[in-house]
Amino acid sequence: MTPKAVILDSAEVRRALTRIAHEIIERNKGAQGLALIGVHTRGLPLAARLAAKLSELEGVEVPTGSLDITLYRDDLSEVARQPIIRETEVPFDLAERRVILVDDVLFTGRTVRAALDALIDIGRPTGIQLAVLVDRGHRELPIRADYVGKNLPTAHDEVVKVKLSETDGADSVELWDRAGLEEAGESA
Amino acid sequence: MTDPRPKHLLDFQGWSPERLSGLLDNADTMLNVLARPVKKVPALQGLTVCTAFFENSTRTKVSFELAARRMSADVVSFAAGASSVSKGESLRDTVETLTAYKMDAYIVRHTASGAAHLVARYSGKPVINAGDGRRAHPTQALLDAYTIRQEYGDLRGKRVTIIGDVLHSRVARSNAELLPKLGAEVVLCGPATLLPLELGTMPGVTLTTDPREAVRGAHAVMALRLQNERMQGGYLASLADYIATYQVNESLLSEAEDGAIVLHPGPMNRDVEISGEVADGERSRIVKQVENGQAVRMSVLYHLLVGRD
Repeated sequence: MTPKAVILDSAEVRRALTRIAHEIIERNKGAQGLALIGVHTRGLPLAARLAAKLSELEGVEVPTGSLDITLYRDDLSEVARQPIIRETEVPFDLAERRVILVDDVLFTGRTVRAALDALIDIGRPTGIQLAVLVDRGHRELPIRADYVGKNLPTAHDEVVKVKLSETDGADSVELWDRAGLEEAGESA
Repeated sequence: MTDPRPKHLLDFQGWSPERLSGLLDNADTMLNVLARPVKKVPALQGLTVCTAFFENSTRTKVSFELAARRMSADVVSFAAGASSVSKGESLRDTVETLTAYKMDAYIVRHTASGAAHLVARYSGKPVINAGDGRRAHPTQALLDAYTIRQEYGDLRGKRVTIIGDVLHSRVARSNAELLPKLGAEVVLCGPATLLPLELGTMPGVTLTTDPREAVRGAHAVMALRLQNERMQGGYLASLADYIATYQVNESLLSEAEDGAIVLHPGPMNRDVEISGEVADGERSRIVKQVENGQAVRMSVLYHLLVGRD
């Protein structure tokens, strides 16, 4: 089975992240005082790549961290049968920093809500912004992203699959039918 | 993971080594939560956990209640001495009354072996055994395993010696069940009167009455409380003899591996089963065990309650 469409290839993922990095710099008037926090799993490499781009463009090392929101989810019945909590690692003080939360796909908004709660329990940043590679719509909460790599209108029964070289061997964003994805033996 | 998620933690039957390791992994995260300025997460918000203690306890009860509250659960604390149990109400009737109040889980301690099983049968809700008679105390064993793992990174190939009144110890039984599942070797040691032979048939468990042999090559040595009532029961010839032979002290520990750690499930009789010097010494992880207990119990609650319909 193949995806219905390849939305972004490797070069387009790279260009989308470069554009987001420029937008971050423009909006924040540079990269000083920022921190990037990736939401597990694919938010982590995206945050690292954005940090590298910010360093390249502005000569500023932006600290990065990781956030697991499992303990903050409000859709517990959908949590996997073996609840595995991954590491939250924020090795710097959040106070006096603007945090850019980074995730691969923005969908219902529930992950972002949970991430906001988790972040505020760890520290008190001066502000939080949201960067996502893909916004696929279908929000269930009043949440929007500040930086979007690709706006992608989808149907509910479609699945957006982000693949990154760090986690999946190569970069791409694919659109799948849920049934097709299951047939291909891939996880949503 | 394909094995079904157990509904209860009564002992370790039905718990695979992978699942138990996952549970200990998640305790790492819980320990991080406890180190934060806000020591609370909303994972169990809306759930009510009942701690039903039919036997006295300080650390286990406080540890469980804090663990549940750190996960945002509501906690109803039930102490048998101050309840209708003292008027003769049966355990079954007590449980059915509590169940009518819509509890979501029970944490049970009881003097009778098997009491937690009975609560599980009549409540229909997840039950965590917080110690039943001489039979099991699984969360204590988990926090012991976690403390050893924290020291060595892995339990595989580690030798854990447990010394003292093994016969009356649910902690020893639970450790003898758990630690070999995680790859450790368990040596149980005590006077012959306090060493039940049947435990020697468990996989990965050996028995000995010789403490020096038991401690030789040990990576962790656990002293068990010697209960005063044993003296009246004809189990020991004299307390002085017991102390001279079985006390965990610097002299005995010289047989252990370099860097071997010392554990005690508490409460301790200082200078009886363990010397004060060792209890307060560098090798002691007794305070660490208490700290880890809360994180491990948070992980157990999370594992049993989250995503459960």
